[in-house]
Amino acid sequence: MTAVLTETQVPSVRSESSRPVPLTRLTLVELRKLADTRAGLWLLIVIGLATVGTSAIMLGWAPDAEQTFEGFFGFGLLPSAVLLPVLGILSMTAEWSQRTALTTFTLVPARERVIAAKLAAGVIIAIASTVATLALAAAANLLGGALGADAGWDIAGSLIWQGLAMQVLYVLMGLGFGALLLNSPLAIVGFFALPMVWTILGSTIKALATASEWIDINTTTTAMGEANMTGGEWARVGVSAAIWVLVPLVLGIWRVLRREVS
Amino acid sequence: MITVERLTKRYGGHPAVDDVSFTCEPGTVTGFLGPNGAGKSTTMRMICGLTPPTSGSATVGSTPYRRLGNPGRHVGVLLDASAQHSGRTGREVLSLAAITMGIDKREVPKALDRVGLNATAGKRRVRAYSLGMRQRLGLALALLGDPAVLILDEPANGLDPEGIYWMRGLLRDFADRGGTVLLSSHLLREVEAVADRLVVIGAGKIVAQGDKAELLAQSGTLVRAADPAALAMVLERAGLTGTRTTDGGVVVPTGSEVIGRAAADAGLVLLELRPAGSGGLEQMFLTLTAGDSVKEAVR
Repeated sequence: MTAVLTETQVPSVRSESSRPVPLTRLTLVELRKLADTRAGLWLLIVIGLATVGTSAIMLGWAPDAEQTFEGFFGFGLLPSAVLLPVLGILSMTAEWSQRTALTTFTLVPARERVIAAKLAAGVIIAIASTVATLALAAAANLLGGALGADAGWDIAGSLIWQGLAMQVLYVLMGLGFGALLLNSPLAIVGFFALPMVWTILGSTIKALATASEWIDINTTTTAMGEANMTGGEWARVGVSAAIWVLVPLVLGIWRVLRREVS
Repeated sequence: MITVERLTKRYGGHPAVDDVSFTCEPGTVTGFLGPNGAGKSTTMRMICGLTPPTSGSATVGSTPYRRLGNPGRHVGVLLDASAQHSGRTGREVLSLAAITMGIDKREVPKALDRVGLNATAGKRRVRAYSLGMRQRLGLALALLGDPAVLILDEPANGLDPEGIYWMRGLLRDFADRGGTVLLSSHLLREVEAVADRLVVIGAGKIVAQGDKAELLAQSGTLVRAADPAALAMVLERAGLTGTRTTDGGVVVPTGSEVIGRAAADAGLVLLELRPAGSGGLEQMFLTLTAGDSVKEAVR
């Protein structure tokens, strides 16, 4: 007899409703947001296809001796290193350009938790893409072996960790630029153009050459593609990352926390 | 229950909201009225913790919004139906909110159904939604967490007459079950049909608030004479100032007896003499806020 009523009654546990939303759930939401729009989904598809493309290029045109697990992995990281940060940028900027911040921050007024979830989601997607690249490199290497290439399985452990660190670094840099500029086109252009401008300046102006060795993130991260980085190389990566990753992130977070949502 | 106490927001020197106080009780619908740019949205954003107030405070169920652990389970908010990612499907928008709030995903199709969006509409991207559909989606989002309080900014915008009628029923039902509703609009007629209480705001300040019936009763007398010029003279002699309505009548902020006697003394033929009701409130609303919307348009 009371069956009619149950339809409008959502069963809710009151204790659950007053507790803050756990960070794991927020991270899940942010991961989902990376892929649930047309732009995000296509970006992921393009990254996947481009990574497959790197293996295809090597299988087709690289000398047999270079067709090793290490070779496939190193080249395979390139598309995601370039494009995954764009996903990070959009994660931050879309909230403002698409104005979803209104809903996001209404459901979670503690903005720092949303930002933390975005950073966590970015790190997770970077790890996932590195693992996927490893798997793809293994598949390509098997195929290469069947086609008569070198197909050696030797890989320096340091290369895997350095590759992973580089992916994470660039995604965080994208998130930082996104948070700082809060405008998709501006952040994407800034992300690619500013380090490039610095590279050009550093290589043409003699007085900047030494500084560039420490500040130019394009140069310092090149070492991450070579096995067994030295302490000095890590220090240079650290200094350039502080400038290109940490500073935008800190300023960007400060801006997102303070900005009025409308 | 919503409590707003002396809420003020200044942008530079310009006060967008100036010392606004009101409360919304459980079981009632409060209509928040004002022309565009009067400060309705800014007030609502401050209640929801999206805009920090310059001074004053607001609480929902005696807790400041930002301290609600999982606000979606207490307060349903719809501030701008257009503020959704155009590339996301309607169902995905609700799914994200459901995960955030910790609600069973099976509630999502039910929530869509409740606002009259079918499964096909749920699979479409928000880009393809009409404004009316976006409002319905926003309402579904607001109702998803089974809240006790609803805060809605111009929810009737873009809805067709049938949709407006449906929404009134939904809000009335929500309040009758003990819910609190704060509903803004720039159209008096729109909220008059559903609101129990009215809060009228103009240029950032509250110009009138109270029970709808009381406000309507206080709104003066509508008088229409066979000779409008003579009527104007009679009113002037009696020291009364009236405002002209669009159909030739005059709304005078006094009782009908005063006007009736003045007219009788002058031998004036009256065609109409009655409490102005909502027409009077509308006149008051227009007078109190006249010029503000024009200013806003050119600012």
